[in-house]
Amino acid sequence: MSLKVRVKKKYSGFGLDVAFETESKKIGILGASGCGKSLTLKSIAGLIRPDEGSISYEDRMLFDSDKGIDVRAGKRQIGYLFQDNALFPNMSVRENIETALHGYARMKRRSIRTGRADAGMNRTADDILREFGLWDVKDQRPHELSGGQKQRTALARIFACDPTLLLLDEPFSAMDSFLKERLRLELTDVLEMYDKTFILVSHDRDEVYQMCDHLILMDNGRVIAQGDTDELFADPGTVAAARLTGCKNISRIEKLTEHRVRALDWKGTEFVTDGKVSDDITHIGIRAHDLMPGDGGVNVIACGRVSVSRLPFEWYITLENGMWWKAARELYDRYDEGMIPQYVSVDAGKILLLRDGPQK
Amino acid sequence: MDMYPLYNSVRIAGISTAVIFVLGVAAAYHAVKLPRGIKGILDALFTLPLVLPPTVVGYLLLRLLGPKRPIGAWFLKVFGTRLTMNWWSAVFATSVIIFPLMYRTARGAFEAFDVTLFQAGETLGLGRPYIFFKIVMPYCKPGIIAGTVLSFARALGEYGATTMIAGYTPGRTATISTTVYQLWRTDNDALALKWVLINITISVLVLLAIDITEGRGRKRYEKNGL
Repeated sequence: MSLKVRVKKKYSGFGLDVAFETESKKIGILGASGCGKSLTLKSIAGLIRPDEGSISYEDRMLFDSDKGIDVRAGKRQIGYLFQDNALFPNMSVRENIETALHGYARMKRRSIRTGRADAGMNRTADDILREFGLWDVKDQRPHELSGGQKQRTALARIFACDPTLLLLDEPFSAMDSFLKERLRLELTDVLEMYDKTFILVSHDRDEVYQMCDHLILMDNGRVIAQGDTDELFADPGTVAAARLTGCKNISRIEKLTEHRVRALDWKGTEFVTDGKVSDDITHIGIRAHDLMPGDGGVNVIACGRVSVSRLPFEWYITLENGMWWKAARELYDRYDEGMIPQYVSVDAGKILLLRDGPQK
Repeated sequence: MDMYPLYNSVRIAGISTAVIFVLGVAAAYHAVKLPRGIKGILDALFTLPLVLPPTVVGYLLLRLLGPKRPIGAWFLKVFGTRLTMNWWSAVFATSVIIFPLMYRTARGAFEAFDVTLFQAGETLGLGRPYIFFKIVMPYCKPGIIAGTVLSFARALGEYGATTMIAGYTPGRTATISTTVYQLWRTDNDALALKWVLINITISVLVLLAIDITEGRGRKRYEKNGL
């Protein structure tokens, strides 16, 4: 049960050079748009052909440039959920699923060895329609469906092909937050019910944090960090990784002692750290919500003149030294405008020690 | 009134449209996937008959197919007939002339095709011919129908290359366009006008057909909220 990916592909002005390996069943790839995360997914699916490298899943070699192996997308049995679902517009929901069943039958007929048993895959389109709650809309065309029904149809179509691995390409990126949350729960249910390994590609750190236990961070065509999701958020290791995981405050530092640094970008504010500051640490990061009002504790920062950006449920406060503080809205109840606390503090254990280098 | 020119024109236009439908769609479908440089060269080549004077096309066809040229001479020897001056010789002329219309409209339709649909088909295990006929062609139908109808209309009106390669023999190679010229030349103005009106009527009908198919395409867009 493992996925090994090592691919390189050159484009004009962009190079993809990605390598990772994981046993996890809930894999996330987080990166800004254009970082190559979708290309990575398409290589795994067999939709684009890497210049060199190898891809294997569950001991099945899907691609190996040295051995000349390149299993066609249609034989990989890897499900791909496209960002806009890619439902066939000229077909009804039922026809979309029947088409997938047709493809599955062909896949089974033609593949020499997929290494998987056929158990329970004699389902008809009717079974699948009922299973995915699409019976009532089975004769409708994709443009007549709601966002949720579209995604369910796309999933039903993928599961008609009994995928061994699911690739989810920014499945929620074009949705409003209400629908997004509902569909995320729905998708999580389906994934758990079928017990499928998936890779979720996203630029939304909340999404990957919620759904994935193994996280791969990508930047400019490369993997910059990977590991257990919680650990990666707690200790991103590098400046780029800290930014990707949503750290708003990052400053260059001057090391004073092994547990004390001066933040050069925050008007020389000094910080005590729990972690030992080794010589390769060039920056520190402090998450905007880790700042707490009050002057207790070790790392007390004077707010000075602040500017406040009010959101419905939280405040973004820029301190005089340039740091960002994300405060819950309860603050509004306790402080009037102009009565922002004079001091905030940060726990010494919450300070991220960061290197500028590319690799963790 | 002898209706042979109408019959002959429709026959020639029909056959050449059928041939060019297959060739043009195939060329367009493969051209879309080509790298830019080669695509540009092919584009120029495939579009050339659209901008060349039809007489130049006719001249080139005669150089290729004329009875004294290798291909024409070979055909004459084997089949006992010339490639030129038969009613079906005009099919060569109209086919070359309408190819760019079919090719360019089909290419436009294929370029507008959402590639992720193709990729979705591939990941679902579908074969490429299946994807082409069941997904790509239905998606591109309005554009391709418009191109086909336009090609037919243009083939119906072809004069220059046709007259060079098939000539004008009443009851044999006469088409509407060559008949109109012949009648006008021989001062039969009344009959020429009749043929002109017939030609205009057919062309208007054909163009209305394009509008209807495009209208359908637009409706599909509106339904999608675009």
